[in-house]
Amino acid sequence: MFKGDFIQNLPKIYGTYTGGFLVFIILMALAEQAGVSAKNIGVMFVAFTVLIYALIGYLSRTIQVDAYYVAGRQVPTVFNGMATAADWMSGASFVALAGGVYFGGYTYMAFLVGWTGGYVLVATLMAPYLRKFGCYTVPDFIGTRYGGNLVRACAVFVLFIASFTYVTAQINATGTIASRALGIPFEAGVWVGLISILICSMLGGMRAVTWTQVAQYIVLIIAYLIPVFWISSNVGGGIFPHLMLGDEVARLGELEQQFGLVKNSAADMKAAGVPGGLKYISGTHSGVPEGGMAVWKYLSLAICMMVGTASLPHILMRYFTTPTVRAARKSVAWSLFFIFLLYSSAPMLATLSKLALMDPNLPTGIIGKSISEVQSIEWVQRWSEVKQVFIADFNGDGILQLNEWFMRGDVVVLATPEVAGLPFVISGLVFAGGMAAAMSTADGLVLAISNALSHDIYYKIINPKAETSKRLLVARVLLVIIGAAGAYIASFRLTSILGSVAWAFDFAMSGLFFPLVLGVWWKRATREGAIAGIIAGIVSGTVYLTWVFPKFSVPIWGGVNTPFLGIDHLRFGLIGAPICLVVMVVVSLMTKEPSAATQKLVDDTRIPTGKAILGKQH
Amino acid sequence: MSNKDAYWNKTKNHMIVTLVLWAFFSLVIFMFGSELNTMSFLGYPLAYYMTAQGSLLAFVIILFWTANKQEKIDEEHGFSEREDD
Repeated sequence: MFKGDFIQNLPKIYGTYTGGFLVFIILMALAEQAGVSAKNIGVMFVAFTVLIYALIGYLSRTIQVDAYYVAGRQVPTVFNGMATAADWMSGASFVALAGGVYFGGYTYMAFLVGWTGGYVLVATLMAPYLRKFGCYTVPDFIGTRYGGNLVRACAVFVLFIASFTYVTAQINATGTIASRALGIPFEAGVWVGLISILICSMLGGMRAVTWTQVAQYIVLIIAYLIPVFWISSNVGGGIFPHLMLGDEVARLGELEQQFGLVKNSAADMKAAGVPGGLKYISGTHSGVPEGGMAVWKYLSLAICMMVGTASLPHILMRYFTTPTVRAARKSVAWSLFFIFLLYSSAPMLATLSKLALMDPNLPTGIIGKSISEVQSIEWVQRWSEVKQVFIADFNGDGILQLNEWFMRGDVVVLATPEVAGLPFVISGLVFAGGMAAAMSTADGLVLAISNALSHDIYYKIINPKAETSKRLLVARVLLVIIGAAGAYIASFRLTSILGSVAWAFDFAMSGLFFPLVLGVWWKRATREGAIAGIIAGIVSGTVYLTWVFPKFSVPIWGGVNTPFLGIDHLRFGLIGAPICLVVMVVVSLMTKEPSAATQKLVDDTRIPTGKAILGKQH
Repeated sequence: MSNKDAYWNKTKNHMIVTLVLWAFFSLVIFMFGSELNTMSFLGYPLAYYMTAQGSLLAFVIILFWTANKQEKIDEEHGFSEREDD
């Protein structure tokens, strides 16, 4: 039995893989010494890792339904944790998170709390029960628990909106990284990214995605942590930055005082020609903004991200792959542990990067130096050429002030190794890590969408008599279509990476959170209640988004609207989810109590032992 | 009360305790951000530390604790899964 052996040998297989990857890094370092150009090293890093993922994807090919949809439900706890962490940590987490902390400071870090705290909700309210249920997809649970095709279709609709918003951002990130690492145009990068994503997922479905995601997690975590520790020791932050940067954070506070935090007027920035998407530091790094509204903005963002996390189908479906209910619970804990390793490092990287640029006592410092001197630095020139950094001498004194230095958030992760004087091999490694992060999330999302369409819409609603081979063929065709549609939209670059990522959370929480939670925790929830709740939640949330987001509100509502209670376009789930809850409860109470069979089904879902509600093959 | 009901009551209470801990580390402490920031931990201002690392670590610990506790509840009521299930 190859399968049993394979699962037992996992630690050995991935141990060897990790060792091999480390050897590859060393080889690249030697190649750099031997004079191989920086560009070629970047190409080799990305090409080598993507090739490995494709190989894993090919080896994991399958013709079985339960292997395709839920990896045969035999993914061990810790490995599922790693796969979930890779599934979770997107191109945005990898490339933009440290940049967000760099510019946003304390306020921005509501994202960190939100993107981790949500797992407590996943573990207590959802994962073990959905695992016991034995569903293939999230709408599969909703469709079976509430009964009927309409409620199933509503759930698929929300899943589609939320995941598709997310996947365009991921394919966009894959394209950005591929284009920079391989030196090709962005549009070509998007299609290269898409092909890599499809190779990993098409032949083996969830099984292939699981084993590539584990491999991608290993690459991305190595690529994130090595630079953080190395930079820290290079700029005098100590060997273990997470515990040792207290003085550096205090020093940043002093430097902010010394240079002054100045807000530029929009007119000044326009006159100076600052390229779009570039930011400057105008808030404090560790200070907490005063006032009730600031506290509410922090809390409301954290709530949206936490509740959204617990509603995102591509994350929930990872817990369908564990062997037992108990393993599903533990697996959530391991997932968060693996996520924590990266998330707790992002603020440290932001601190180090900021200090490296701001501290005049460090050789890398640029703020407070003469502009002509700064412009002659090699990395400044290189990143200026591609419009990723920009200098605007507002006061005309020839000295670079804090508010005169503009940078894109991604540069914090992509350029800091170079700034701190690390060899280029590390930058190549960072490209490979960013690619792994964006690919693994895109894989999971494309699969979540195409699985829901093929299982819930095609098999459960359109053609329940379809044979296995036909079901899997439909699933694969849909996978390609969804991926291509995502890439096509991504190539237009509609919004910044983080804007749309936050929207996915808000869409998911508006339409799915309460139908999922109440499905397990409230027997009285009825089909009519669920249908009304899902529709009310997603419609009200979406309408509010169009009302509050200036780019939509001007053409639709004829003007810019002030957010209601500070609920802006990043937080519109706070409108959708409560409306979904109220409508669902009211309509449930007005309609007839669910049948005895449904109540029995809920009772069985709540208990870990016994048969799954849905059979092994369904 | 049947064994199943007793099990579900315990599970529910355990869920509530977990969510109270979760709300404390994700929401309550950040209501007092500016007050907390006057204190320090490991040399970091406390509110900064919590949002950058402390709460994240607390969530990891809560998750392992809550999974272990729930396994004990499973065992007490005879709903523990066999390994080969």
